[in-house]
Amino acid sequence: MAQVVIRSLNKKFDEVHAVKDVNLGIRDKEFVVLVGPSGCGKTTTLRMVAGLESITSGRILIDDKIINALPPMDRDIAMVFQNYALYPHMSVYDNMAFGLKMRKFDRADIAKRVQDAAEILGIQQLLARKPRQLSGGQRQRVALGRAIVRHPQVFLFDEPLSNLDAKLRVQMRVELKKLHDRLGTTAIYVTHDQVEAMTLGDRVVVMKDGLVQQVGEPLELYNEPANLFVAGFLGSPAMNFATVRVSGSDGALWVENEGLRIKPPSEPAGRLGRFVNQEVTLGVRPEDLHVASAADPTELGFDAAVEVVEKLGSEILLDVAVGPHTMVASVDPGIRVNVHDRLRLALNPERLHFFDARSEAVI
Amino acid sequence: MTFTYAAATPYAGTPRRGPLTRLLEDERWLAVALLLPTVALLGLFIAYPFVKGVELSVTDAKVGVPGHFVGLQNFEQVWNDGIFRVAVWNTCVYTVVTTIFKLALGLWLALLLNNNFKGKAFTRAFILLPFIIPTVLSTLAWKWMFDPTFSVINWLLFQLGIIRSRINWLGDPNLALISVIIVNVWRGVPFYAISLLAGLQTISPELHEAAAIDGARAWQRFRHVTWPLLLPVTLVIVLFSVIQTFADFQLVYVLTGGGPANATQLFATYAYQIGIGTGLLSQGATISLAVFPVLLLVVIVQLLYIRRVETH
Amino acid sequence: MIEGAIWRRWVFFYFPLTGFIVALLFPFYWMLVTAVRPDSELYRPWNAPNYTPFWTLNPTLEHIRDLLTETLFSTWMFNTMLISIAATAISLFCGLLAGYALSRLKFPFAGSLGTMIFITYLVPQTLLFIPLADIIRNFRLGDSPWALILTYPTFLIPFVTWLMMGYFKSIPKELEECARIDGATRWKAMVYIIFPIAVPGILSAGIFAFTLSWNEFIYALVFLSSPEQKTVPVGVTSELVRGDVFYWGELMAGALLGSIPVAFVYSFFVEHYVASMTGSVKG
Repeated sequence: MAQVVIRSLNKKFDEVHAVKDVNLGIRDKEFVVLVGPSGCGKTTTLRMVAGLESITSGRILIDDKIINALPPMDRDIAMVFQNYALYPHMSVYDNMAFGLKMRKFDRADIAKRVQDAAEILGIQQLLARKPRQLSGGQRQRVALGRAIVRHPQVFLFDEPLSNLDAKLRVQMRVELKKLHDRLGTTAIYVTHDQVEAMTLGDRVVVMKDGLVQQVGEPLELYNEPANLFVAGFLGSPAMNFATVRVSGSDGALWVENEGLRIKPPSEPAGRLGRFVNQEVTLGVRPEDLHVASAADPTELGFDAAVEVVEKLGSEILLDVAVGPHTMVASVDPGIRVNVHDRLRLALNPERLHFFDARSEAVI
Repeated sequence: MTFTYAAATPYAGTPRRGPLTRLLEDERWLAVALLLPTVALLGLFIAYPFVKGVELSVTDAKVGVPGHFVGLQNFEQVWNDGIFRVAVWNTCVYTVVTTIFKLALGLWLALLLNNNFKGKAFTRAFILLPFIIPTVLSTLAWKWMFDPTFSVINWLLFQLGIIRSRINWLGDPNLALISVIIVNVWRGVPFYAISLLAGLQTISPELHEAAAIDGARAWQRFRHVTWPLLLPVTLVIVLFSVIQTFADFQLVYVLTGGGPANATQLFATYAYQIGIGTGLLSQGATISLAVFPVLLLVVIVQLLYIRRVETH
Repeated sequence: MIEGAIWRRWVFFYFPLTGFIVALLFPFYWMLVTAVRPDSELYRPWNAPNYTPFWTLNPTLEHIRDLLTETLFSTWMFNTMLISIAATAISLFCGLLAGYALSRLKFPFAGSLGTMIFITYLVPQTLLFIPLADIIRNFRLGDSPWALILTYPTFLIPFVTWLMMGYFKSIPKELEECARIDGATRWKAMVYIIFPIAVPGILSAGIFAFTLSWNEFIYALVFLSSPEQKTVPVGVTSELVRGDVFYWGELMAGALLGSIPVAFVYSFFVEHYVASMTGSVKG
């Protein structure tokens, strides 16, 4: 049983308030991803859980035990670093055995555990080698192996895939997921890559400027972002944003700007009621835009001029000009479109997002 | 294969740690423990003697006779001592002249070594020998080379027809200081050369090539590209060398002992003569302290320089 | 390389370089020749005819033999070895720990302490030798190797500390962090992870310290009085002169043999030596 509870955690570096009042409850066996841009406080939070940074205020508990004062060696955690941090003067075997030696395991035990971990990761033939003789991917596995042999209560990952090339990254992502399924250890994973967050996390914590923006399952964050930042951070290509004015005319609610005039369906319209004659931000994802056909209602579409056509094979990305603004639409790969074409795009009414222009919170 | 994973084991609980372990986990206490031996040794054998030296200089202690406080009497006495003034002059001349030559010749040698030629590594290794071999031993060789009756240098000059009668390198009061300077320069050039060479090697050859394409000739390239980039390293070397030369003892002690007629008397040799030779401890300490102002100056310049480099 | 005509290369490069090499190495050659030259040839005046100073046709080992059998030279060698090795060991121990603390731990006054240690490096022995002589006598360490074993580290430790600091700074801190998470205390992380990686630096520092110890003179001169306690530099310069007569054969033999251990150590570790010397200057 290893649940991690973070309560009102704060960290100040001299004047910089890097982590602001973070509250988080991580269940046993859960894989939680902390994601956000550089400087958002995710790594600092992780390092506080590890014991590598002192805590300014707040508490961290593992299994209902406050660990604030415990040195890293007594927290029963293991960490995988971005740069692998393999001990260069030791062989792979000794690297993996080091933690066990520090805890005074006997040699037979150590040998068994190292062998087991090496088999899981497929690095048995590398045990005698030194780190400098290994490739990036192999080093990453050894770093993982070193963490696994200890059977810790919690795994901590600090951007472990960032140093790998793109292809290897995708491969390792899948392997990490399989590993977690197999081992079932509670894990906290830090990354700036939203794809890793979406694919690996049981739950995702989006952070910005030291604050937690939203916590939830990946799809929950994707479909129901709590604010502008989360909406724009998850998903690639990013969500389109347009500043629109809410107006009431003909007894109905419309949102409009120089490029479009949309009548939102009743559900979001109800919530927008109190914003009449004010500006809000409209958000719509590229995949929720499609080329309008005769069947699409006019009040849910707008005209656009095609500026760039990106044919990816699985989809076509269109950079379009909507009045003075640009948007990205992801359309069916079979459509024939050329640059400078004018066409009409329709939006999916179920998937419109509106955000308060000032607070950026979802409406 | 089956992998038994003990995920179900309850939290093992913190191992019990002794008080010493817990103490040393704290960064600050660990630092104290790690620095203690050094601070103790340096405190005991540098700070304490320094304080004692100052203390001695304001008493009239002699060997075996504890002293009483006499204020600045020693300083007055020493300042009025003719030999001391000669020592001041000698030490200053010695330091300035040797430094200039060591820098010039060292730089020249460094520039020569900065080329690629066969046996470069070998040469570089051998060149450092004057610096590696214990000073008194190589100085003894020079003493033998300078010997008034058997000098090989004299023989060579005689054979080349340059001199007719012998040169009394170490016995002639007019020549002694020059001879001592020669030996010091000989000893110091390798240090300057190798250190400056390291500095030269950090200057990218592309800079020289760009300058050459721009039309600069060898001397101009040196003056405008090499020298400014070499200045930081040069400064550090010179500062360090100045303080060492100012306080030099071994060389003069072996070659002349300070003579003839105090022609080569330096602070250190005079302090030794007075303090250890004649047993006038307090006066010897006073003379030793003459090195301090220069040391202070060098330290301040070094610190200012470091501060400037660090804030860069 | 110097571009241009061959003559330029000779005049501006080979000639001066050879000049330097000859000037720098000649005294050692002279040392060698004198040490194996028989007495009869040795004491010929500089302007005597038929003088072939640069070589001898009757090399002899008599000076070396006399040196080893009739003087305390071997004792001095032993003393100097002992003192140098012990002083080096102490300085490495202190310097390693201090260098680690100053470069990898955060604590108040770290900067000032580092500066102070650096300053002590600049303090010359000739400033302190008189009061130190008194202190040594008060501690009853006079005329024993301990006087030197304990005082040599004063100029060795700052250098070792400085050198190791530079070395430690290049080792990524994630290694220690990982070790600490793995279960090591700070102390163990330092000893089992950081120090082994720093071995090349430790080697450089040790070699440099060894040669510096061997070279020290004034403390050895002032703190040691009995002939059996002396070190090689002091012994050779004081004991091989009887009355006013310099026994140059023995003296040069002593100088030669006394230089060998240092030259030997140096020859195996030239790269390390140069690295530490230039590192201290560039750092």
